[in-house]
Amino acid sequence: MSDQINDSRRSFLSKAAIAGSITIAPGVFLHQTAHAKPDDQAVSNDTRWGMLIDTDKCAKGCTGCVDACNNEHGLTGFGRPETDTQYIRKVSLVEKQTGHEISLPLMCQHCENPPCVDVCPTGASFKREDGIVLVDKHICIGCRYCMMACPYKARSFVHENIEDQTLSAPRGKGTVESCTMCTHRVDKDGIPACVEACTEDDHNAMLFGDLNDPDSEISKELKKHGGKQIRADLQLNTGVRYQGL
Amino acid sequence: MTKRFLRISLIFTGLIMLFPAQGIADTPFPSIHEPEGEGVKCVKDEDEMRRNHMNYILHQRDKTMREGVRAESDSSYSLAKCINCHVQPNDKGEVPTHDSKEHFCVACHQYASVQIDCFECHADRPQKYIKRDQSPRALKQQLKEVLDAKDMGDAQ
Ligand code: HEC
Ligand code: HEC
Ligand code: HEC
Repeated sequence: MSDQINDSRRSFLSKAAIAGSITIAPGVFLHQTAHAKPDDQAVSNDTRWGMLIDTDKCAKGCTGCVDACNNEHGLTGFGRPETDTQYIRKVSLVEKQTGHEISLPLMCQHCENPPCVDVCPTGASFKREDGIVLVDKHICIGCRYCMMACPYKARSFVHENIEDQTLSAPRGKGTVESCTMCTHRVDKDGIPACVEACTEDDHNAMLFGDLNDPDSEISKELKKHGGKQIRADLQLNTGVRYQGL
Repeated sequence: MTKRFLRISLIFTGLIMLFPAQGIADTPFPSIHEPEGEGVKCVKDEDEMRRNHMNYILHQRDKTMREGVRAESDSSYSLAKCINCHVQPNDKGEVPTHDSKEHFCVACHQYASVQIDCFECHADRPQKYIKRDQSPRALKQQLKEVLDAKDMGDAQ
């Protein structure tokens, strides 16, 4: 394991975040390129994919990332918001004292130590070498332990028969699913659909890249301005980090 | 290998016993439509595919799912690729779904009493034959493309 974001760095980061909210200079997010492996080679732990979300730039009421994700994976609802699949959702947090409202997208946090993987009885819930946490639906039995174990409520269960799936997301009744960090794009040198949409809409609140590469945009940004984990106390070392919390 | 062959032969024997009056030659074989066209060939020899296609796809499945290997080269056995070649509109212009005996993967399996669950999750037709509602985002994207193209035109 060569993850560079390790425990000591993490505790530093959470302290840094407690020290106060950090204002980001405009234009920090420049061009986003992911460097990937040749597509006939297996993913390796030289890479750890991650995301950095700047809540100051995340526009209230905007659902660009959610729409793009739903579109990318062919996620259509059945008018039952409590159980309809969500890979990503918008959450607003209001600080009681000041009334300050923060808006952020929440999805699978791609933990280094994922509780969903710990509890899975079949090995369907697993972490790829490059840090992306997935459900191998081929061996998922639909027990939903992982949904209960996840502190971020990031996973959904498919309750209905599904037809006409997209190529990017084969999905069917009786199995659990969640954000895949768009492996189908990332494996081919692309970036996740949500990040692409946020950038296209000129919000630039989401940055995707390799946390293990010190020269990647995301690592440089994290080094300069830090990034907080949601529920850092659980010591999951999430691959998705937030600024402005 | 031998086991599989045995199983298939057993099925055949079973069928022959069901229709004792008919010889092997009379057993109705499923009609399988093969992709047509100049130089269109399967990813392996036909004989090999008939016997061992499941091994190739299942191997590819684990490679893609677990290791992120998505090479689109000739040597890959992606299920999406099988479907793209093998599922095409019939004479009436209808594209068979996995409920239909006409579907390439179903015809044979029904005959041999094999059940697969792949199409509960995987699209059973090539994407170009699947109609989807345009999402607002996709429409916006198209509009942007049109406008961008127009800008380019104005600039010239
Ligand atoms: C419960 C849902 C589900 C079922 C059932 C299922 N798959 Fe998959 N399959 C998936 C998902 C999800 C992926 C990952 C797609 C990706 O990462 O691009 C996948 C990927 C694959 C891939 C690699 C992508 C491709 O198109 O080549 C293959 C091959 C595959 N499955 C074969 C099968 C076969 C064969 C069966 C039936 C025996 C099957 N699957 C049943 C959900 C399912
Ligand atoms: C480029 C198009 C193409 C692709 C991709 C393709 N096939 Fe084929 N397949 C064919 C053709 C054409 C034939 C007829 C034999 C030949 O000419 O090779 C065939 C024959 C077969 C047969 C034998 C059918 C019979 O009549 O007994 C099977 C089984 C088969 N393919 C399975 C698959 C599977 C499984 C995949 C995916 C891993 C796949 N094919 C991918 C074109 C394709
Ligand atoms: C030429 C006839 C034929 C065609 C066409 C065919 N299959 Fe099969 N398939 C079989 C037979 C026979 C078996 C069972 C072999 C055994 O049990 O040993 C089988 C088994 C399988 C299995 C393993 C099932 C299991 O439970 O172990 C999978 C997966 C599979 N086929 C997928 C496909 C897909 C996908 C297609 C369409 C692209 C397809 N097959 C087309 C004859 C065919």
